[in-house]
Amino acid sequence: MTMDKQSSLFEYAPAPESRSVVDIAASYGLFIDGEFAEAADGKVFKTVSPSTEEVLSEVAQAGEADVDRAVKAARKAFEKWSALPGSERAKYLFRIARIIQERSRELAVLETLDNGKPIKETRDADLPLVAAHFFYYAGWADKLDYAGYGPNPRPLGVAGQVIPWNFPLLMLAWKIAPALATGNTVVLKPAETTPLSALFFADICRQAGLPKGVVNILPGYGDTGAALVAHPDVDKVAFTGSTAVGKEIARALAGTRKKLTLELGGKGANIVFDDAPIDQAVEGIVTGIFFNQGQVCCAGSRLLVQESIQEELLESLKRRLSTLRLGDPLDKNTDIGAINSAEQLARITALAEQGEAEGAERWSPACELPSSGYWFAPTLFTNVTQAHTIARDEIFGPVLSVLTFRTPEEAVAKANNTQYGLSAGIWTEKGSRILAVADRLRAGVVWANTFNKFDPTSPFGGYKESGFGREGGRHGLEAYLDV
Amino acid sequence: MGVYSCYARRYAPLVTMPITAPASPADSAGGPPGTTGPAVGPAHALADVTASDSALRRFLHGLPGVDAVGLEARAASLGTRSIKTTAKAYAIDLAISMIDLTTLEGADTPGKVRALGAKAVHPDPTDRTTPQVAAVCVYPDMVATAKEAVAGSGVKVASVATAFPAGRAPLGVKLADVREAVAAGADEIDMVIDRGAFLSGRYLKVYDEIVAVKEACGTDARLKVIFETGELATYDNIRRASWIGMLAGADFIKTSTGKVAVNATPANTLLMLEAVRDFRAATGVQVGVKPAGGIRTSKDAIKFLVLVNETAGEDWLDNHWFRFGASSLLNDLLMQRQKLATGRYSGPDYVTVD
Repeated sequence: MTMDKQSSLFEYAPAPESRSVVDIAASYGLFIDGEFAEAADGKVFKTVSPSTEEVLSEVAQAGEADVDRAVKAARKAFEKWSALPGSERAKYLFRIARIIQERSRELAVLETLDNGKPIKETRDADLPLVAAHFFYYAGWADKLDYAGYGPNPRPLGVAGQVIPWNFPLLMLAWKIAPALATGNTVVLKPAETTPLSALFFADICRQAGLPKGVVNILPGYGDTGAALVAHPDVDKVAFTGSTAVGKEIARALAGTRKKLTLELGGKGANIVFDDAPIDQAVEGIVTGIFFNQGQVCCAGSRLLVQESIQEELLESLKRRLSTLRLGDPLDKNTDIGAINSAEQLARITALAEQGEAEGAERWSPACELPSSGYWFAPTLFTNVTQAHTIARDEIFGPVLSVLTFRTPEEAVAKANNTQYGLSAGIWTEKGSRILAVADRLRAGVVWANTFNKFDPTSPFGGYKESGFGREGGRHGLEAYLDV
Repeated sequence: MGVYSCYARRYAPLVTMPITAPASPADSAGGPPGTTGPAVGPAHALADVTASDSALRRFLHGLPGVDAVGLEARAASLGTRSIKTTAKAYAIDLAISMIDLTTLEGADTPGKVRALGAKAVHPDPTDRTTPQVAAVCVYPDMVATAKEAVAGSGVKVASVATAFPAGRAPLGVKLADVREAVAAGADEIDMVIDRGAFLSGRYLKVYDEIVAVKEACGTDARLKVIFETGELATYDNIRRASWIGMLAGADFIKTSTGKVAVNATPANTLLMLEAVRDFRAATGVQVGVKPAGGIRTSKDAIKFLVLVNETAGEDWLDNHWFRFGASSLLNDLLMQRQKLATGRYSGPDYVTVD
């Protein structure tokens, strides 16, 4: 070969996605009754880019008065919206879905800036799923008679929806698409660290000519969310977020007529049997815990590996982790982006330290963290048992706890030995084992020889403290129907 | 040591036959074609798994399975890497240097082969900084002509042999084919495996034949073993074939002949890269990989280099360990190279036809 050898032979040059495709305004208002407006008390808050701590925009912060105004607007819009033939509601939803597709590059960049996740994920996972979700529920709008809930099932009314920061636009789609398809109107509160894509969605609603008041967006903190779910004229509450807040909401709603669905935390077990397709299992483990920096409620944060292959599997896994590229989320080659907020970073850091203090063995690949922004290196804990905090508490970060088992029996017992029950994964080449084990796992989603695969046609939701109710699929309609 | 050393470790107690000492080259060099006696493979940590047909079968079927969906998803995901500016310039030159510039047609003539040789040595006559390709790849009867055409340049001459592409000839004929090519000066031999034997489960026959061909290559010619992955059909088969090839002493494992419907794909190449990575971890022996057929654009070639970089690692980023079997790919790489140098696209009239 005639070429000079460099120290690292194939160094990928920076390949940043252009920021110029998205135009972020200096400030944003609340979206109520089809118009952007300032908060009644004039309060605002700043949203920053987690990868640089740069202030992206200033956003109006909704208070109780704004919540009341938004719920009233939604109530008023409900009468006409729910009376529309399903085929008419479908037209709006199809239009929204198409606009999302047309603007997907812009929205992907926006989401990456506001959330910190890699552009690879917003571009290839979040945005396609968002559009797919609207397309899917658009299709149901005129077929509700055939959804299995009897003829002409009725909507509930005004839905108050509170969503998290880990998949801002996707969680919005999970909430808004089925609500609108079934004839409800919504007031949605995005998370305080990621309000921008919801506000861009408000603009899409206007672009699609959606009637005023059908969708209202109220950025704010926890108190805004609390005011929304407590509002007496809200008929339905849907919440995705932490189990602690979910419990508060359940308490607040106890004894009211409000219908509630909760999608909460998780501590998913990813079970690898000794006859697993090893290379693909390694990929699945990586996807399971490092997708979106592990800030995924259904993350495979507990790796249960059959003891007989533990050594080899961990060796392969460590080698693979060494190839992960952490850095600028807008770079198309970035695999691991920033943690969403300083608060979350502190939580992850504290739990990881506790893991060490409790005697688990910590490992991370050699990995340089950027000097500004919120970053956490992909981390692996071995020598973890069921008694360790990091095996029980949801870390919601790029931290994998590795446990071992000896028999399928033990694998099932350990997988189920958690307060949560959202997701699980099974890796084996033996089909009968997949079926037998999946049957006994107390988890809402069980993936076989894959992990973190989502599809709008598939219902998603939890057992135990991971919540109740299902989102997605035909089952997802039930949460928004008076049935 | 990786996953596979463990398999070897676990497997060892099952093998009761003694490890046969490798025969010295002198023992078999004089034997007539097809009568080399029981094949004896190279010595390494896994030598005992080829002690008998059943031992080999148990070993191959004990390799971890391949989940097709997961494998293809990983290959597709690596295909989204964005290789720009300096990285692209490096990748293009590296890809050019890895090409086995190939002509394998019934209509090949000395003139055609000489033209190919000239192009291999100076791919872009307008820019002498362009690296030369790794090798020209021809049929055995064209080896002497090719050798002359690239004389003194460092470009190797590779010859397909063993009744390429079908491989449906008696072993004696195949070995004669190899010997003729080597005698004519071939630096590398691209053999095809007996897919019929493989698909009927006679793995040891496949193995023995590779060992015999390796022997016929002598010490100078490197051996590339073509599996014709399109005919093996399943990824599990491709993984097994890779291990047979490596166990038998292949210097390279190669996807395809370029003569069937499905040739090199990112997924089958990724799988073979995993195999060479694991084989080195288990035995310390490094084996090269050559995807062939269907790689026509720079974009495709760069995707394969990303697979190499992120699967086998940078030890394989060298034409001693990775090759592209291609013909039209070179011109696309040259056009992209000119684009990087000048900032504009040139067009097919600014690269040479061969």
